[in-house]
Amino acid sequence: MSTLLLDAEAIYADLLRGVQKLWRPEAALVGIWSGGAWLAERLQRDLGLAGQAGVISSSLHRDDFGSKGMSAKADHTKLPFEVEGRHIVLIDDVLYTGRTTRAVINELFDFGRPASVTLAVLVDRGGRQLPIEPAFSAARVHLPAEQRLRLAKSEDGRFSFDVKEG
Amino acid sequence: MKILIKGGRLIDPASGLDRIGDLAIANGRIVGLGDVGEFSAERVIEAGGLVVAPGLVDLAARLREPGHEHEGMLESELAAAAAGGVTSLVCPPDTDPVLDEPGLVEMLKFRARKLSRCRLFPLGALTTHLSGESLTEMAELTEAGCIGFSQADQPIRDTLVLARALLYAATYDYTVWLRPLDAYLSGGVAASGAVATRLGLSGEPVTAETVALHTIFELMRSTGARVHLCRISSAAGVALVRAAKQEGLKVTADVSINSLHLSDVDIGYFNPAMRLNPPLRQGRDRDALRAGLADGTLDALVSDHMPVAPDEKNVPFAEATPGATGLELLLSLALRWGQDSGLSMAQSLGVVTAAPVRVLGSALGSLGASAGRLVEGGVADVCVFDPAASWAVTPERLSSQGKHTPFAYEISGFELPAQVRYTVVAGHMAFEAAAAR
Amino acid sequence: MLSKRNPQLNKHGELVHLLSIEGLPQAIIHQILDTAGTFLSVNDREVKKVPLLRGKSVFNLFFENSTRTRTTFEIAAKRLSADVLNLDIARSSTAKGETLLDTVANLSAMHADMFVVRHSESGAPYLIAQHCAPHVHVVNAGDGRHAHPTQGLLDMYTIRHFKKDFRNLTVAIVGDIVHSRVARSDIHALNILGVPEIRAVGPKTLVPGDLKDMGVRVCHDMAEGVRDADVIIMLRLQNERMSGAMLPSAGEFFKNFGLTPEKLALAKPDAIVMHPGPINRGVEIASTVADGAQSVILPQVTFGIAVRMAVMSILAGNEA
Repeated sequence: MSTLLLDAEAIYADLLRGVQKLWRPEAALVGIWSGGAWLAERLQRDLGLAGQAGVISSSLHRDDFGSKGMSAKADHTKLPFEVEGRHIVLIDDVLYTGRTTRAVINELFDFGRPASVTLAVLVDRGGRQLPIEPAFSAARVHLPAEQRLRLAKSEDGRFSFDVKEG
Repeated sequence: MKILIKGGRLIDPASGLDRIGDLAIANGRIVGLGDVGEFSAERVIEAGGLVVAPGLVDLAARLREPGHEHEGMLESELAAAAAGGVTSLVCPPDTDPVLDEPGLVEMLKFRARKLSRCRLFPLGALTTHLSGESLTEMAELTEAGCIGFSQADQPIRDTLVLARALLYAATYDYTVWLRPLDAYLSGGVAASGAVATRLGLSGEPVTAETVALHTIFELMRSTGARVHLCRISSAAGVALVRAAKQEGLKVTADVSINSLHLSDVDIGYFNPAMRLNPPLRQGRDRDALRAGLADGTLDALVSDHMPVAPDEKNVPFAEATPGATGLELLLSLALRWGQDSGLSMAQSLGVVTAAPVRVLGSALGSLGASAGRLVEGGVADVCVFDPAASWAVTPERLSSQGKHTPFAYEISGFELPAQVRYTVVAGHMAFEAAAAR
Repeated sequence: MLSKRNPQLNKHGELVHLLSIEGLPQAIIHQILDTAGTFLSVNDREVKKVPLLRGKSVFNLFFENSTRTRTTFEIAAKRLSADVLNLDIARSSTAKGETLLDTVANLSAMHADMFVVRHSESGAPYLIAQHCAPHVHVVNAGDGRHAHPTQGLLDMYTIRHFKKDFRNLTVAIVGDIVHSRVARSDIHALNILGVPEIRAVGPKTLVPGDLKDMGVRVCHDMAEGVRDADVIIMLRLQNERMSGAMLPSAGEFFKNFGLTPEKLALAKPDAIVMHPGPINRGVEIASTVADGAQSVILPQVTFGIAVRMAVMSILAGNEA
């Protein structure tokens, strides 16, 4: 499967429809850094929600800290609302092994006890290593393990996909 | 034993001898030098390609005995001397107990003689217990074998005591060996300067040496004493010694192998092997010391040998015992200095053979006529070495119990020039290098 | 033995020990400061703990007493979920007891992962780093007069927080610089981060001329030293300076080199006042200045915990 068949903008439109369907009043959007955060930012606007979407980082709860070390990137968690008792909709660009989601959920719980956490992703590429499933995924693809799939954003805000070897 | 050393390059710095020839030894004396006629040797040494020089005379080597007998220091350190081609050495009096009694001196000399590796010339303490208060029995100590008097590294604080000690020694024209060190300005663990400041190490300023030199020279003028200055470490110090010699004061001076080759930058990341007394000063001090040794301002090069146990060095820099092993490096470092300074081999060897003997002067008695020299009829103290070989300073290669040296191969990555092959003391073989090195 | 390569970095150029700021690439300093920013926000959460050092043992080896510094390291390690052990080994000059290296060897046998070391002798942490097991990380919490790198880093974090860009600043460090490991670490950090004007201010006995070789301008006049400064770092004056014939009295020092409101007025109007603590009121700094609007002494303490969390987590993630 080549990237040309993955039209990020078109798939985003599907994601928007999917999130609208599972939305509850007073829920909050939280995007996983970095691709998920871009999606959450755009969803926040397109859903007509007040305020800002939250951004969440997995860096403090990753399970590969021992081998990869502290990341040099400036990915900070910013949640501009109370987590306690809130319905959280987590947004990510690509769901793969599920480890990032696990780390992000741990991070979220450091802020309080949410009423519920629902996961919506742009692309589900399978290959799960943990029992994590999204409530909605806009596209399902299968990629060989050596390939990395990520969301990219152009200067004018248009989404596209990035596929890298290794 | 009758020994014939054949076909080596005979170098005697004192007489200027530098030719290929033979050297014959019998009854502890050199009986043939240069062209040797009939001589039935019991041992023949083929010295082709080797240098045959006088045995080295080291004016400063600590043997740490009395005090460390249980560690067999005397045996191992005199063996190290022989391995380094050193046939005579002077040891300072800061042993435990201090060498301030004739009995201790006699015992030390006796034990050294029995080992037959190297001639030992002890310095007696200038004051009892080196405490800087009362004088020792200098005449008795001289009779017991002391060749001079010293305070080692413990300067006399009371100027009046120092003046009287010099005056008393002058009565007999004994040489007083003094390290120019002001008691109050000293104590820093590194030399004052940019490196000590950056590393946060307490600094010993140059004034610790120059103030003491001024004091010593003034007292020499008023007492007429003869002084040998130990371990000059700074450019300012060299200049003061030069002026004093020009003035005609009865002064000689030495410099250590460490100060001659290293500077404070070599401390690196607090390497305790660089914790030395005197501390390593800056590059321009080292350059002045090298020039001073070349022009005769500084008379002799010494090893300043101080064997230090590992747990005295495996501690933070300021807590480490200052000192480094040096007897086995003296020859190599003399030659390295000569090479770097563009000097002849005779000149390089002169600072560790003829010059130290001149410093010792009449204290050597009849030995003075031929020690540090190759003279027909003189004592057979000889060092035969391979000038073309080189060696890496590793703990296995050292006979001394002190394995710490700033010139260790693992620190510098450089090998040192020349390897000693044979050392002869009083006509018998004190050291012979293993066949394959 | 000690090699020529900077012992703080592994062969990939990653930080495996924090011994001194000297020799650290600018990128690593920025990494530490950025990571500290993350941890600062952690300290504002309900749950102030993250699991990065869970299962790791951090041993605080304090050969020189300091409850303050030790406490901040302990808090930092615990917020990273590490197990912390405190060893206060009082340094007695008469009782030698166990050697430094024997102590370290014994503790390594108890599976320490990180040593936080404070020692009264410059260079002691280098000796420890050289002799401990390869997977163990060493953090220098202050060695003699040589370095106090975490303090230097938190001082830089403070400056970055309030002043943003290092490249336009004038920073004055005032007081007993010759004996100060904090000053040395600050000077190295400021140089690496590109601060154009660093002044060392104090009397000649406390601020010797050869300090200029470290990249500072030496000033023996307080007014000249703080004029138009953006940052003033005041150092603690210790009583030993009076008994060692370096200063006549605390009073005379305060008169000429103390930071009073009048002297502070010579600096830029938005200049910040810093101090590593503990402060000597009326000796190096007037109370009104220490408690005043320009003082950032208390934020420094908060930043200190985040910076130490950053240092420990970065080290723990890098292999020897």
